[in-house]
This record gives sequence, C-alpha cells and structure tokens, in this order.
Amino acid sequence: MKNGLLIIGATSAIATAVARMAAGDGIPQILAGRDERKLAILRDDLIARGAPRVETLTFDAHAHERGAHERGAVIDAAFALMPHLDTVLIAHGVLVGQAEAEADPDLALESIDVNFSSVVALLTPIAQRFDAAGNGTIAVISSTSGDRGRRKNYVYGAAKGGLSIFMQGLRHRLDARGVRVLTFKPGFVDTPMTAAMPKNALFAKADDVASGIYHALRKPGGEYYLPRFWRPIMSLIQHIPERIFLKLNI
Amino acid sequence: MTVPESWGRYPRSLDAHVAILPSGAAQRRDRLDAYDTPVLAFGRGRSYGDVCLNDGGWLLDTRRLDNFIAWNEDEGLLTVEAGVTLAAILDVVATRGWFLPVVPGTEQVTVGGAIANDVHGKNHHRDGSFGAHVVSLDLARSDRDVTACGPDHEPELFRATIGGLGLTGLILAATIRLRRIPSAWIDVETIPFATLDECCALSAASERDWQYTVAWADWRAKPDARGRGLFLRGNHAPAPPKGHQSRTGNSSFPSRRRPITIPSGMPGFLLNDVSLRLFNSWHFHSTAGRTSRTCQPYRDFFFPLDVVGQWNRLYGSRGFLQYQCVLPMDDGIETARAIFQSVIESETGSYLTVIKTFGTMAPAGVLSFPRPGLTIALDFPNTGDGVFRMCERLDALVRSVGGAVYPAKDARMSAESFTAFYPQAASFAPWRDPAFSSSFWRRVTTRRVTAPQGPAPQGNATRGTADCS
Repeated sequence: MKNGLLIIGATSAIATAVARMAAGDGIPQILAGRDERKLAILRDDLIARGAPRVETLTFDAHAHERGAHERGAVIDAAFALMPHLDTVLIAHGVLVGQAEAEADPDLALESIDVNFSSVVALLTPIAQRFDAAGNGTIAVISSTSGDRGRRKNYVYGAAKGGLSIFMQGLRHRLDARGVRVLTFKPGFVDTPMTAAMPKNALFAKADDVASGIYHALRKPGGEYYLPRFWRPIMSLIQHIPERIFLKLNI
Repeated sequence: MTVPESWGRYPRSLDAHVAILPSGAAQRRDRLDAYDTPVLAFGRGRSYGDVCLNDGGWLLDTRRLDNFIAWNEDEGLLTVEAGVTLAAILDVVATRGWFLPVVPGTEQVTVGGAIANDVHGKNHHRDGSFGAHVVSLDLARSDRDVTACGPDHEPELFRATIGGLGLTGLILAATIRLRRIPSAWIDVETIPFATLDECCALSAASERDWQYTVAWADWRAKPDARGRGLFLRGNHAPAPPKGHQSRTGNSSFPSRRRPITIPSGMPGFLLNDVSLRLFNSWHFHSTAGRTSRTCQPYRDFFFPLDVVGQWNRLYGSRGFLQYQCVLPMDDGIETARAIFQSVIESETGSYLTVIKTFGTMAPAGVLSFPRPGLTIALDFPNTGDGVFRMCERLDALVRSVGGAVYPAKDARMSAESFTAFYPQAASFAPWRDPAFSSSFWRRVTTRRVTAPQGPAPQGNATRGTADCS
C-alpha cells in the first residue's frame, strides 16, 4: 500500500474511514468520486491527518452514454499521477429501492450498471496493469446480498452477486501472478446509503467495517465477510433448499 | 438516531426533533435557516443534565462535521470541524509528539462540546480550561453571516461562546493550539491518603512539579475510614517504557481497547450499596497502602472509564445526577466537609467522589465554571425526591461561600441558584442567538422557585429525525 492507494467512491462513508486510517499510516492516496467539493474537503482532512500526498480525480459511475474505455479512463489518469500505485479499492455503489426497481426497468438497470458494469469497466484496465506488473492488490466492496437472491433485495443483490463471481474469476486468473484480489462482503451497515432503513442489532458501524477492510488489505486474496459472523449465516442461507427458501419471508 | 439522551439520562427528552447536519455544513458562510422552534447543537451527549437537550425544539446533530481542516505543525495549530471528537484528534497526534492542552474525563466529546462547556481536566491548576487554548472559531447564527471570532477578533462574541453552552450559535469549526509532548505515556504516582486534609496537603505539594493532579475519595466507607482516597499525579513520560520503544513510535503504542458496551435497558441493580462499598474498598486498597509508580498509556490515565462503553447505563433507566461544584479556597475545605456530611446524613450515597484544586487564572469565557478554589464532583443514582432535596441543600451551602455549580453536569439547579453562581449571566444574555435555546437555559432563566422533582417520568417520546443530506 505504501506506493499509493487509489479509492474509487472515496467520499462514501466506509471509504472515507479507510482513507483516514491510511492517512494515519502515511499512505499517499488518490481519491476518485463524483462531488469535487466533497473530494476537496476529504483531501484536506487526509493531509491534516498525515497523508503525505493526496490527489483527487472526478469519476461518475453512471454511463451517460459513454463507452467502456471512457468509463475506465480514471484508471489511466490515476496511474499517470502515481505510476507505482499498488492498491485499488472500489467502494462506490447505489442502493436503488427494491420496490422502485420492480416498477421501473430503468432503475433496475441503473442498479446493475452502477454496481456491476461500471466496476467491470474499471477492473478490466486495473487487472491488465497489475497482471503486467506482477504485483498489486485489487479490492472491491461487494455485499452479502449477492450470496443469494431474495425477495427483499434481489436487484441490488444480483448486481453484487455478479460482481462477486467476476472477482472470483479474477482471483483465479491473477493469484499465480502475485496479484491479490479481495472481495469484501459487508452485511448491513449504518451509512447514508441505508439512511431509509430502520436500524437493528445486525447493523454494523461504518468505522468497524472500514477497519476490517483496512487490515485485510494486507492479507491474502479471498472473500472477507464483515463482520465475520456473516460468513456462517450466509453459508446457511446459501444451503437452504429452494423449496424451503421460497416460503421464507426474508 | 433514537431519542437523544444526555449522559445522566435524566431528564428525559420527551419531545425532541433531531436534524443531522450534512457534511459540508461547516463550509457554509451564510446565516442559519430558520426553524419553527428553538434549536441547539448536539455533539456526543456526554454532558450530564440538560445543557445538551432542547425539549420541544430541534437538535442539530454534528456527527457528520467530522473533518480535519488543516494542521500547521510549525505553530502547533490544528483546525477541525466542530463535530470532530477529542478521541479522533488524539488518535492522530498523540503518537506523533503532540497533545491537546486540556482534556476532560472522557475523550468522547466533540470539539464543539468542549468549547461550549469550556471543559477542564487534571491540569487546570497549570493550564486552565479548554477555551483558553482555542485560537479562533467559526460561528453560525440566525441573525448574521458566519462569523470568525477569537481573542483579537470579535472578542466579546468569542468570550460569550467559550462556556456559552451552545447558546450563541452553532460552532462550525475551531482552531486549537496543541502542545508538544515527549511521548504518549504518562508517569503516574498514586498515593493513598486518609483524610480530606491530607488530600489537600498532597495537592498543594504536588502542583509545582506535576502537570496533572486529581483525587478520588471514598465517603461511603465506615465512619473511621471516611474521607480516605487515592491521590493521582502525572507527567508526560520523557520516553515510552522499555518494550514499547520503537523507531517509528506508532506501532508499539497500545491501540484503543474495544469498549465493552453496556446494553440499553440494562437494569440498575449492579451499582448498589453493597457492590459500591466493595468496589471503593478494593480500589482504595489496590496500592496496598503505599505510593505506587507506573507508566501508563495516556488513555489509561486520562480516560479510564471510556473502556466501558455507555457506563452510564449501569445506573439503570432512572439515570443518575452528577453534582460538581467549586468552592473558593478560603472556606473551601470546611465547606467541602460540610457537603460530605450533608450527603452522608441524607443517605443518598455518592459512590464516586472526585476532588481537584483549580488554578488561579481568569476564566476563559463569560459563563465558564472553573474559578480558583476546590472542585468536588459527586454521583448520585436518581432515587427520587430525597436526592433533589439534598442537592438543594448543597446549592445553599455553595451559595453561602460564593461558589458555583457546573452547568455541564447539572439537571436541577434553580434559577435563583444559577443567578447566584453566575452573576455575569446578565452580560451573557445579549449574546445568545435568539433562535437558540436549551432545556437548561429555559429552566435557569425562569423566574420561579423550582419545586423538587421526582424520578424521570416514563413518557412515550415523540421523536422525529430529519436527514438533511
């Protein structure tokens, strides 16, 4: 990480917390996001906390009728700023309401596009670069909701599920090349993304999830459930026979 | 956010609306929007009574104002948004050779809250209160654009805001002068004493050579042991102890222990007469009657209670009252004795008593609590009318010697007492923003004798939370 950390979606709650931890350890960073004003505030914050160098880049995950190359251009811009950057964390996403996505196919496709397709547009050039270099860490924030489609959240879940499988394949491809590929699967997290949902004991704090992510960035490639109790829970959920699952109200 | 609570969980806020200020609010320059009812900023709710509550009005939650703005290492000036906690600041600076010049008993307070209550710590005798180290602050008001103020710029507004209980407006950001420290460790001496007189003698003897001093006393013990306690004095260690030294410094410092959080709804029976006598006895005997010397990480010395998250819940749903007063030095010790005697007679039982001598510097703010004298802090579980009547008696004692009671810990002082403790409130009042008010302010500026109140009513809270972002 010491050669540079690129964070896509840096102004999101979890990503901001990760960036702050990295600043405390003196890691140079590139922050990519949509809102230049928020990026500037975060940049000043990270420098005050000890980051030796912080750059900002504009990145909008929505397609806006751009082709894949254009959507992934932020990667080239980042490597132009820090040619030796060695860690990328992709943390952007959108939680479109399930009911709204059921009623409006444009919203459903927006969820798939922002949460899955836009990430693929970034992962492709990143993977090529790290593959060629023979080292690097690629980390993506997916979700436990991608482990099985369920009534209450399957549009978002499908996007994250597809992303998790893409990351599995990437890991399979790059592990022997010395590139670590990490998929983070948080459960429910209390952030502005979930502001509309009533909170309960299952909700984790953004800082705690961020701490799990930050410390796992040094670990081997793999899938990481945050907090860890989600791993056995999702394993159980994945193994429930379909006929029984159909009767559950989750 | 659920119903906002202060740390003592009394009084209950029955009708509160909370608006979470969006991140980016600290960068605004225009005047505050109007709400239909009075507003008040809310940080972490670590004040005990109702200075942070605004029943019937809006609370402006500052949790998203958590950015650092700038760090000028040459001059030691740190500028942060007002929702940044002292814990966040110390996490960044303490292992790099810097420290906050004043810290209270918990690091889980916001910079805004620390300024609004003009908090003090174990080094008041040397370094004064928090507000004395604030170089400037940005204040948002309803009647003018955002104003930067400091000792040389808008000084009257500045001095009204220090210790101004959030009533002069919404503090958006502040610049604090930090101080250099040789290490993040504290050399501590813990000395047992048998009487209040011994305690005060230790205090007088320690203040020249020790930066941090405080005493904990046990007034629940048997009559012949009453007044015994432990005197703590500390200085920043010149170097970390063996085994914790490393070239980089960072990795060898113990990280914050995850607090064991007491769940909400915890019943209050754990803190009772028997358990607390046992605790006090164990604590007093922990040094085996001798002076003990240790080198502790700063968190263990300054914030020992923070390791139990939400320890206030141990008092149960009725909550507890904290009574902290300052007694001018001439009659200080005798009045303190009279206070303890009154508490013993009432059998309301203060479990934890903290004693400290304040320094003689001038107060940093118009309504600042710290002033020269002896300060005593007592905890009482809210067991009903008896506690409130006893606090009224204590108020009378404090008034009789020209002392004061600390608003940040107060839940029940009368308007008459407030006027006696803070005669300067009349010169403060014009600086209050007309759109701002608090449950505390309304209580202490109502011209009637406040009847003793009973335990907290178990009402249904009407609450609404608005997310402004």
